[in-house]
Amino acid sequence: MMRRHISQRAAFGLLIAATVVVVVPVIAIIVYMIVSGAPALSWEFLTSPPRMAGKAGGILPAIVGTFYLMLGTVIFALPVGVFAGIYLTEYARDNWLTRLINLAILNLAGVPSIVFGLFGLGVFVMALHFGMSLLSASLTLACQALAMTITTSREAILSVPREYREGSLAVGATRWQTIRHVVLPQALPGIVTGAVLAMSRAAGETAPILVVGAAFLTPGLPTSPFDQFMALPYHLYTAAAHVPGMPRSVMWATALVLLAVVLTFNFTAFFIRLRVRRRRTA
Amino acid sequence: MNSQTFNVDPRQPHLNPPRLRSRQASLFYGKFQALRDISLDIPEKAITAIIGPSGCGKSSYLRLFNRMNDLIPDTRVTGRVELDGNSVYEQDVDVVALRKRVGMVFQRPNPFPMSIFENVAFGPRRHGTKDRKELAAIVERSLRQAALWEEVKDKLHQSGLALSGGQQQRLCIARVLAVGPDVILMDEPCSALDPVATLRIEDLMRVLSAQYTIIIVTHNMQQAARASDLTAFFMMESDRAGVLVESGPTYEIFTNPREKRTEDYVTGRFG
Repeated sequence: MMRRHISQRAAFGLLIAATVVVVVPVIAIIVYMIVSGAPALSWEFLTSPPRMAGKAGGILPAIVGTFYLMLGTVIFALPVGVFAGIYLTEYARDNWLTRLINLAILNLAGVPSIVFGLFGLGVFVMALHFGMSLLSASLTLACQALAMTITTSREAILSVPREYREGSLAVGATRWQTIRHVVLPQALPGIVTGAVLAMSRAAGETAPILVVGAAFLTPGLPTSPFDQFMALPYHLYTAAAHVPGMPRSVMWATALVLLAVVLTFNFTAFFIRLRVRRRRTA
Repeated sequence: MNSQTFNVDPRQPHLNPPRLRSRQASLFYGKFQALRDISLDIPEKAITAIIGPSGCGKSSYLRLFNRMNDLIPDTRVTGRVELDGNSVYEQDVDVVALRKRVGMVFQRPNPFPMSIFENVAFGPRRHGTKDRKELAAIVERSLRQAALWEEVKDKLHQSGLALSGGQQQRLCIARVLAVGPDVILMDEPCSALDPVATLRIEDLMRVLSAQYTIIIVTHNMQQAARASDLTAFFMMESDRAGVLVESGPTYEIFTNPREKRTEDYVTGRFG
């Protein structure tokens, strides 16, 4: 009797300890970032260009560049991902080719990001002559995001109950009408979630954009897709690694802004999903 | 002149000519034969019940008529399946048009996660009706036909999922009626419903049978006995293929079956 209680307590304690180990670093990082970065954070920091190699001034171009990058990524990755997801779930027959495609998508997700960077350099920057640019970087990140948008679209589409499809087909709707009017509206929250996650990952990527168009300092904000651009993670990397005498508070403030951008997007996805779900059950 | 006559003399119901017909129809899922050589006539404007033990191919047979089996990969149909004398398995058959004429109600009520109005308007919209007034008229007429109008007329814009199970099933019936079918296939429409809701659906079927040709697959023998004009009894053979054992007026099947196996089943000795 007693031994059972003791082992129960031990197990309980172990589980709590493991949970604490997970939570503590997250909180510690955030608190540390806020404490270290807050002194440098100001309205001016967010809205002005950098001066003295980023040691003073602000990070506006990097914020804007990161937003453009996220937008570009989602513009290219989302339609392709959704269409491919629809094709693979609704139309493709289960044969060796489909299985090969599925395998390829799975492996796409596991390719190291710098490899995507080199691919983008070879294809978009050089072969297609898009140059070191926002466009090349968006396309490169979109290639990387495809694995995620396809997979999440597919899961979202598959999670729509068969009964809905049957009900629609049984009143004489075509397959495409069924997809368009029954399946996609149901799958939308899942698709949006995938898209936003792909965007926040694009916001955080450093290695691929390094070789396809990110610059540490640009003369102004990008005015065309063929311009080079600044981006928060790359700015952070260069500031930390290559600028002697960079104030630590500036670095942490930049990191804080990056984190805020990513979290804002994640919360947006969360609320969209919540609203759609509520509307559906109301 | 249809079900009314049946009530007068159940042994010899007056039957309209067949609307649906199968001749030596067999269905294969890959190598597995699910149905073998089913020949059956389904008369117009009457209720035909299909009964039999689980797995005997009742639902598969039902789905031959609106080609819902097509959705499962690797299915093959041999023999002939007809609607109004025309084979439904020809190459040039428009499956979409076929399903508009041959509606289907499923085992679990499956209203779409949309408003009641949109659920009923779904079919007409897909078939090209855009005019709001016309749609509203169709929705009202269909809901009245499905005996649901009085209960939902004040909340047409609420979600169809907020209704009770029996109401949801009637909503699904209204959704089918809205596209103007000739035939309604019902695949165990009451198996998820309580007894009161079940009786309401049966009453509704009786009313609808004045206008529509109805086939109902049911597990519930009392339901077949209560609600149908004709009954077909299916069983599976040793290789698990479904066969038609016997069919005829419901009264005959339940009181004076020709086959021993039918008698054993309807008297509850197995199944």
